[in-house]
Amino acid sequence: MTEENEYKLTIGIECHVQLKTKTKLFSGSLNQDDQSRPNVDVNHIDFGLPGALPVLNKDAIKLASRAAFALNSQPQKFSKFDRKHYFYPDLPMGYQISQYDQPIILGGSVNFLSNDQIVKIGITRAHLESDAGKSIHPEGTDYSLVDLNRAGTPLLEIVSEPDIKSALQAKQYAQTLYLLMRYADVTVGNLFFGNMRFDVNVSVSKDENLGKRAEIKNLNSFRSIERAINYEYKRQVELLKNNQQVHQETRGWDDNKGITYLMRSKENADDYRYMPDPDLPPVILDDMYIANIKQSMPLLPDYWIDKLKKLNLDESIIYSLLEDGLDNQFSNLQFIVTLDPQDAKLISNYIVNIEMPEIKNSEAPILSIDQRQQLYLKISSLARQNIISSSNIKVLIKDILKLDKLPDIDQYIAQNKLVQNSDLDQLNEVVKKVILENPKVVEDIKAGVQKAIGFLIGQIMKETKGQANPVLINKLLNEQIKKEE
Amino acid sequence: MSWPKIDDIVSAVLSGENSALLNVQLALDNIQKNSQYNAIISTLDKEALDKANKIDQDIKANKKVGILAGVPFIAKDNFLVFDVQTTAASNILKGFYAPYQASAINRLEDEGAICVAKANMDAFAHGSSTENSDFFITKNPHDINRVAGGSSGGSAASVALDLVPFSLGTDTGGSIRQPASFCGVVGFKPSYGMVSRSGVVAMGSSLDTIGTFTKNVSDSKRVSSVISGNDPLDSTTLPDQYRITSNLEKIDFKSIKVGIIKEYLSDNINPKVKETILSSIAKLKFLGVNVQEVSIPSLDLALAVYYVLCPAEIASNLSRYDGQRFGYSYPDAQNLDESYLKSRTNGFGDEAKTRIMIGTYVLSSGYYDAYYKKAQTVRTKLINDFNQVFNSYDFLLGPTVPDTAFKIGEKSNSKLEMYLNDIMTVAANLVGIPAISMPVGMVDNLPVGLQIMAPITKDNQLLDFCNQIEDEICL
Repeated sequence: MTEENEYKLTIGIECHVQLKTKTKLFSGSLNQDDQSRPNVDVNHIDFGLPGALPVLNKDAIKLASRAAFALNSQPQKFSKFDRKHYFYPDLPMGYQISQYDQPIILGGSVNFLSNDQIVKIGITRAHLESDAGKSIHPEGTDYSLVDLNRAGTPLLEIVSEPDIKSALQAKQYAQTLYLLMRYADVTVGNLFFGNMRFDVNVSVSKDENLGKRAEIKNLNSFRSIERAINYEYKRQVELLKNNQQVHQETRGWDDNKGITYLMRSKENADDYRYMPDPDLPPVILDDMYIANIKQSMPLLPDYWIDKLKKLNLDESIIYSLLEDGLDNQFSNLQFIVTLDPQDAKLISNYIVNIEMPEIKNSEAPILSIDQRQQLYLKISSLARQNIISSSNIKVLIKDILKLDKLPDIDQYIAQNKLVQNSDLDQLNEVVKKVILENPKVVEDIKAGVQKAIGFLIGQIMKETKGQANPVLINKLLNEQIKKEE
Repeated sequence: MSWPKIDDIVSAVLSGENSALLNVQLALDNIQKNSQYNAIISTLDKEALDKANKIDQDIKANKKVGILAGVPFIAKDNFLVFDVQTTAASNILKGFYAPYQASAINRLEDEGAICVAKANMDAFAHGSSTENSDFFITKNPHDINRVAGGSSGGSAASVALDLVPFSLGTDTGGSIRQPASFCGVVGFKPSYGMVSRSGVVAMGSSLDTIGTFTKNVSDSKRVSSVISGNDPLDSTTLPDQYRITSNLEKIDFKSIKVGIIKEYLSDNINPKVKETILSSIAKLKFLGVNVQEVSIPSLDLALAVYYVLCPAEIASNLSRYDGQRFGYSYPDAQNLDESYLKSRTNGFGDEAKTRIMIGTYVLSSGYYDAYYKKAQTVRTKLINDFNQVFNSYDFLLGPTVPDTAFKIGEKSNSKLEMYLNDIMTVAANLVGIPAISMPVGMVDNLPVGLQIMAPITKDNQLLDFCNQIEDEICL
């Protein structure tokens, strides 16, 4: 145990999810946050004109209710909106409309796999609120600019319990939250555009008592969450080891320098003077409404994780499949869970390691998803009979994905000479030939330079036009060289 | 000259006997001739004349015109009227031209009514005398040395002076009824949510109501029927089933039970005012109305509750006047803090600052429970107590104000004495019920108002009842 591990890490995360409503939370302006044209999606409500009244967007309630089910919770039958007061030029009304003591979601949990264990992080609450605008401070000028396009866009702020114990867990929690919100179809989820922003509360302690926490604001990538926590952990441990205090404060994250920095002290807590918003009646949901939302929910990651884990798939493959599910209405997930473990392992490997990078790097395949699944079933069966090598499978899938219809696979691999050669006599011929041609390499192998065998395998592959069964030639080579000794 | 009833004004315009243009010209003339009363902040000469011409043309072309065709009116200056200066009588909004307009104004214009001017008021509607206007003090039409009441003093005086047949006001704690009482006109405050607040500068959002000043109850009902109703722009508006109708229903006095609020006829009121009210009550009894005294002990707390909750909402609602986007902005600020500080310091009057400070205080952490939360609890109790009383009575009755109009400057030194003016009117706002002030007599040549309250959403019944009182006993 290193010295640092004496200090326990405790993390709680607040995540702001931008909901994908057509219009803003309390006005008819478009919720699109157009970055190129400032102050175009602004009406009298967003601008905070005298006499302007907020009108609740019912779609936001629907999306928040869906999010509730994604968080293993359900929407509250009674919730209300409150005003949170502070002055800033990007907050036109001088208060933010939020939910203080009766939010739309209370309780819940987020589950994920971490080193094959299911980790459960509690959700304290989640509330709806309107976002502020953007303040821009052009460098070298004595003025600031305000863009109100974002002002009033709907956010769901999800607050976790301080259940997270490591930077890795924090990252996994954030990734899972992302998946959940995408599965529940409540957000576009573009992290780059800040559709999900994370505030991370970090404290360290030697004992059971929680230490003073620092809040790192506005992290917008999974990687930055992990890095910022690791940095913050070291910073706080360093302070404590030098008998200094950790202060309760808000810190920012400099992604280039890889450090957190002080934004403002929290010792003098801001007084937001919360007050129920008299312009907005409480939100009251009846049982029928809640039941209808529940019924409309898709199967969530928890369900798939459970099924995929039973097929003995790796954690990383499972999460890749979950992400892939978002692009094809869960079709591949539904397909894979019907397979036996061996097919599941092979086919999920084709999807994750061959198809997904292929789609990412080039145009989408022409083959339909049904045809692709048919293809993978066929290839999996050929692979299981050792008829085709794994390197040829890669070539085969990549090529066939681009075709406009599924060819006869047996014919196709025969024509393209992709059948794996497992003929012992034929292969032994080639092995012997290559050994004779490369005496120096053989010497090296005998002298213990094991990796030199790779060169010989390469030569054999060349001779057989890539059709040799690599497992088999590896075995034959070793036997042959041993024989020579 | 006084204006005929609104029905007759419209008939004359439709028949061609009169025209919208002549009505608007007359109103603008009246405004000019009575400028010494300081009832008006700004007039809409060109806009109003253009609209009048349009209506006259439409009538000639047999196009459909509304039920208020050609009727000129005046709006309190906290109503946003498109492209017209809207100041709420405050320096911080001086020069603010509204880029949209109030739903109430839209509805009136849709029915052919024409806004000719914006009336003076206590700045942001904070006050009971119009002395808190950042611009000038409105004088009482019955005695130029006295206040017109407030905060809708300009609107009340406008109707009392016959500038126009009706005007719009807002009532958050009595701001329609009290000046109506002082000026001798009918001032009607509908149920909370009966008329959309959209486009009206907010004071206390949970208390603000929009209503009318008229010379008689039937005019009030006609105008209220136009401005009332559900509005998608104001989520607190009532469903249309409660909307005020323009027709007047006959009431059988013998079937009506009225409660006289004991707390409102204590020894603290001007004895002559009390006498006037009691004589009105006697007339009602004579006509067969069942009148009994009722007590609502929690009423004594109403004023205290009001002066906690209302400033809290005021402080919040005035946050947007920060000098950053519209209205007055301190031009020489060196940084953001100075811009906020000087814009608000110079832009707000003393009364607004007082209320912002009280409101900020009662919402501060550590004081919230002791003031705001407790006041909300008492408000709920008050609502329950009124509901209880309304189980036995159709209407509640009492004076509108403990006294007649006071002299300008008379109460300027004591905020508390000024606030006590609202003691009989704030309850209706806290409970959300409709209430009306009708002129029922004169004391020392100054008008006295009778206040009648009804259960929430019973606005039609209240107006029908008051119309019949007006018709049958000519109080």
